[in-house]
Amino acid sequence: MGFAETYARGRRVAVENPIGIVVLVVVAVLAVDLARGLATGRVPVSRVGSLVWDGLMRGLVIGLAGIGLSMTYSILNFANFAHGDFITGGAFAGWATTYLLAGAGSADVGALLLVGAGGSVFGGALGVGITTTPVAVLAGVLVAGTATVGLALLADRLAFAPIRDAGGISLLITSVGVAFALRYLIQFVFGPSTRGTTAASAVPKFPLYLIDGFVRIDAHDLALLVIAGGLMIGVHLVLQTTKLGKAMRAMSDNKDLARITGIPAERVVTATWVMGGGLAGVAGYVLVLWKGTISFNDGWLLLLLIFAAVILGGIGSIYGAIAGGVVIGLTYSLSVIWIPSTFARAAAFLVMIVVLLVRPQGIFAGRTTA
Amino acid sequence: MSAADALRDRLAPALRSDAALLVALLLGIYALYVASGVALGYELRGQLNAVAVVTFYVGVFSLLALALNLHWGYTGLFNIGIVGFMAVGIYTMAIVSKAVYTPGGAAQVGGLGAPIWAGMLAGTAAAALLGLVVALPALRLRADYLAIVTIAMSEIVRFTLLSNAFESFRLPVPYVSRSGVGTAAYRVGLGGGSGLILDFQDPLAAFVEAVGLAGPYAGLVDLFGTAIENNPRPVVDGLVYALIVLGFVAGYYWLLKRTGESPFGRVLKAIREDEGVADALGKDTRAFKVKAFMLGCGLMGLAGVVWFMRQGAITPNTYRPRLTFFVWIALIIGGAGSNTGSVVGGAVFAAFLYQGPLYLKNLVNTVAPVSDAPGSFGPAVAPLIADLDPAPFLLYTIDSVRQLQLVIMGVVLVALMHRRPEGLLGHRKETAASVPLRGAGGSGGAAGAVGTDGPAERTGGDPSDPDGGEGDG
Repeated sequence: MGFAETYARGRRVAVENPIGIVVLVVVAVLAVDLARGLATGRVPVSRVGSLVWDGLMRGLVIGLAGIGLSMTYSILNFANFAHGDFITGGAFAGWATTYLLAGAGSADVGALLLVGAGGSVFGGALGVGITTTPVAVLAGVLVAGTATVGLALLADRLAFAPIRDAGGISLLITSVGVAFALRYLIQFVFGPSTRGTTAASAVPKFPLYLIDGFVRIDAHDLALLVIAGGLMIGVHLVLQTTKLGKAMRAMSDNKDLARITGIPAERVVTATWVMGGGLAGVAGYVLVLWKGTISFNDGWLLLLLIFAAVILGGIGSIYGAIAGGVVIGLTYSLSVIWIPSTFARAAAFLVMIVVLLVRPQGIFAGRTTA
Repeated sequence: MSAADALRDRLAPALRSDAALLVALLLGIYALYVASGVALGYELRGQLNAVAVVTFYVGVFSLLALALNLHWGYTGLFNIGIVGFMAVGIYTMAIVSKAVYTPGGAAQVGGLGAPIWAGMLAGTAAAALLGLVVALPALRLRADYLAIVTIAMSEIVRFTLLSNAFESFRLPVPYVSRSGVGTAAYRVGLGGGSGLILDFQDPLAAFVEAVGLAGPYAGLVDLFGTAIENNPRPVVDGLVYALIVLGFVAGYYWLLKRTGESPFGRVLKAIREDEGVADALGKDTRAFKVKAFMLGCGLMGLAGVVWFMRQGAITPNTYRPRLTFFVWIALIIGGAGSNTGSVVGGAVFAAFLYQGPLYLKNLVNTVAPVSDAPGSFGPAVAPLIADLDPAPFLLYTIDSVRQLQLVIMGVVLVALMHRRPEGLLGHRKETAASVPLRGAGGSGGAAGAVGTDGPAERTGGDPSDPDGGEGDG
């Protein structure tokens, strides 16, 4: 290809997509600034390493929760604003189990079941952690998943199924109602306070030396990595190798065609809620395990970041949701190199808005759930 | 009889009945509030305050629902960033109208010291401008994407208000004086997490003075003084301000009715029904949408100003997305697409879902003061399970009315979407046609159905296919 052709093509791209060019320039400037900062020592390499690790962890949680949101978005055709509160519901169900197993005999059962509402029991005092109470944590993960499956199916039965064909916006508004009811019921039962859940000092740490300092990695990070990674591979296998997975992908690609070929639509919808709900619940549990605190607002605060990830990756694509989650997580963490941490979330939203403007179909568009 | 007369004759009964409906609704709300107050032995002062407060909230939610109706009901723009525009409105108003900074004063940052009306105008304009910034890129997106962009925008506004970076800064303002042109630097800011103190004159007092009614107003306060012994002023202020808010509602209603019936408004409704058709008919739908969006955002900003300017202080965390959803619930109660419906929805929401539960809690606390309500769910439920004693649980329930009312709102929203997605008033959505679609005689029934599609149908024609034509590439 000659120079003139390349030039003409570049010109066409620039004219057709001015925002894209601006984005590229901004990204390039930031990359150069970061490289200079690292070279001059203004930005320690170990700090960037810590931020990348932190962003990866956050991104895995967002990606894990995003798979379910992406699936319901493409198969049921609406943006589910209750997804964040499914995450919270799963976190509380799972942590109630963990508390019960870890603190049985040493504290009041009611206080344990309410995850220490009103300061009645503290997770730190119970010594909760992946190494100190592994059985309680694993049981918590399982209960978080199954309880959220139940919650999602119940919400579907009561709120979404009766108006299954009502159009995306009606379902979206309904999901806002479900989100409200769920969030404040959780607050009513478990209380409004944010409390610590793990014994931070008892978690084994593996500091990793990186050129000029340490990247802090602990056992809970690794637990998150294993659980989230394992589930993501599991979802991949289910979608790619089972008949159910094939049916789901067909539904998400073309609903009418899927129905004509005899795919049982309601069964696929149920399976979607089971998978999406289960992953959301586990994501909520590991989020709490990773950050060490729990609050009735956790899922809702995460929801917009999950939306950002799902839109970034392209609605319907689970790999897009995972990749989008990691990108959003990294944006969230790394943005503090340049801007105050109050704006970390805003930076992630900005990335989403820019992607919507430049490439509304998402990065992984056209490969829905495949 | 001329055409104009015929039109007036046709409209008069509808207008009368809508106005009568609204007045009846408001009186009904008052009757319920006063009756429950009397039954439980509330004193006069409390009754008047309750009436003032409920009227105020009826007013502000009607304002916001009317503005949202322009976006969603008329144009089909799914805006869930309402609270961001409100926050920008009141913060801009605060910066413009706050007193100039003086070292050692109570306020950490000052303002520009402009009159209150200038601040209100600036707040409206700033919200409309933010609307423009959001609209230019976002309006070409699908409805659900626009939703996510607007809610993200409202959160970005809140983070900005919370941030230390803009807590206090110097704003150079150009001025022209006899000695020449220059700039003066004012110390202003957003106040960070602790918010801003609204240290300007009470807007109500300023308004009363400006219209030259300070004397009669003092007389009114004295008149109330005969019935309420000490300090009747706040009660009268509350009542009068609530009436002024209702005046704003009338203004919004008139403006939006005029807008909706104008050729401009008919294009908006056509966009709502089918943007492609409006486009094909030669309308620049993008420009219409941007204008409608900006107008609605400006009205939301002004509503934010009207709501918060007499509160004494504002903090960023008031402006959380839940306020946006309150307005949506109000609009859906009344039925999107109808201005009367928006006011009805605002009134019903404010009286029964927003203020009602709190008023009930106050009443219960007045009648039977309790101080030993359990602090959390555990102690509340334990006696119920152990020895079937429901008292602690009931006390906890009443004490948690602020949370439970949000649960009720959620359930009401779901129930409305299931049973009455068209709102309490039924099918009121105005058609895009300038002539009545009901033909003479037998064809009336069939033609009338054109305008009566529920919100469900609005998006029905658009399958989730953002990448449209390039699918086979």
